[in-house]
Amino acid sequence: MSTLSVSVWRGTESGRFQEFTVPRLASQTVLDVVTYIQRTLDPTLAYRYACRVGMCGSCAMTVNGRARWTCRTHVDNVAQGERLEIAPLRNLPVVRDLVTDMTPFFDKWAGARGRFQGGATRKDDFARVAPGSPARQLADAGIECIGCGACYSSCDVVAWNPAYLGPAALNRAWTLVNDVRDTGNRARLAAVAGDAGCHACHTHMSCSERCPKQISPTASIAGLKRATMEAALKGEI
Amino acid sequence: MKSDFRARNHPAYWAFLAHRVSGVLLSLFLPLHFWALGRALQGEAGLDAFLRWSEQPLVKFAETVLVLLLAAHLTGGLRLLALEFLAWRDWQKGLLAAAAGLTLVAGLLFLLNV
Ligand code: SF4
Ligand code: SF4
Ligand code: FES
Repeated sequence: MSTLSVSVWRGTESGRFQEFTVPRLASQTVLDVVTYIQRTLDPTLAYRYACRVGMCGSCAMTVNGRARWTCRTHVDNVAQGERLEIAPLRNLPVVRDLVTDMTPFFDKWAGARGRFQGGATRKDDFARVAPGSPARQLADAGIECIGCGACYSSCDVVAWNPAYLGPAALNRAWTLVNDVRDTGNRARLAAVAGDAGCHACHTHMSCSERCPKQISPTASIAGLKRATMEAALKGEI
Repeated sequence: MKSDFRARNHPAYWAFLAHRVSGVLLSLFLPLHFWALGRALQGEAGLDAFLRWSEQPLVKFAETVLVLLLAAHLTGGLRLLALEFLAWRDWQKGLLAAAAGLTLVAGLLFLLNV
């Protein structure tokens, strides 16, 4: 039976890689490998997942140096010479082994006013948003985010400026800016226009490169740069 | 924990690096540029001597590198402007290739003219 050599991060911020040998199977995912280790070789290994089908966004890790959703990443596509290196996501505090604390990540969604703010009541009719309208298309381009943090973990500006809201929160803000039902955009644009907001982005595109949902937070952030500039020129923010 | 080079090894990051490095190198060259212009103010002889010096092959080679840097920085800047101001999604890699191509064309044109 062929095998895979796997280095897995153990510990917290300070720790070390531990070596495991795992049976190599057809159609094996990186999450399968981690699960095998935890169930068969070392039950103390900490890691996180829920849906296993690319919906929940909880299984992202750094695989051979790149942030990936492990449940939908096939070993075939990422192993280098039958070797894998699996580490926690970057730019987030490590709780233990492969588990990061996502609190700063989601706090920034709140900081970017990532919550929908409607103006209608239950007495109003349904809002009708034409699927082909330009605003709807822009919102659609970013709406499939699963909150996995792969983009955040790959962004240099997050590493340089811990206050930076980051690609996912800004992408979320942009989808709401394009939601014609939302009434909170003045405050939202003000929230993302600061030092730690969209203008801090250097257009490295590491976020867009790594997003497993093929979202381009860089494009969303560019949209926010234009929208905040326009609002500032009009004296709205 | 921070990312290492593996996370950054993709075309758009290389484009960022080329733009940044060409910018820094060009700003290092600026003092020399002003010094050469200053020679012209001090009289023809000085400038002529400098221009003769600049005919040497090694200096010509350095000038070609300079033209390449300028072209890289210019096209890199145009690429950024397009990314920030135009609606784009799928053609950003084409934009990058266009920037790299124009840079090479500028360098070759300079070489053919010297
Ligand atoms: S494009 Fe902006 S948000 Fe995305 S990785 Fe680069 S700096 Fe970060
Ligand atoms: S934008 Fe993409 S990479 Fe970032 S959290 Fe959402 S799904 Fe994950
Ligand atoms: S386990 Fe839900 S996205 Fe991977």
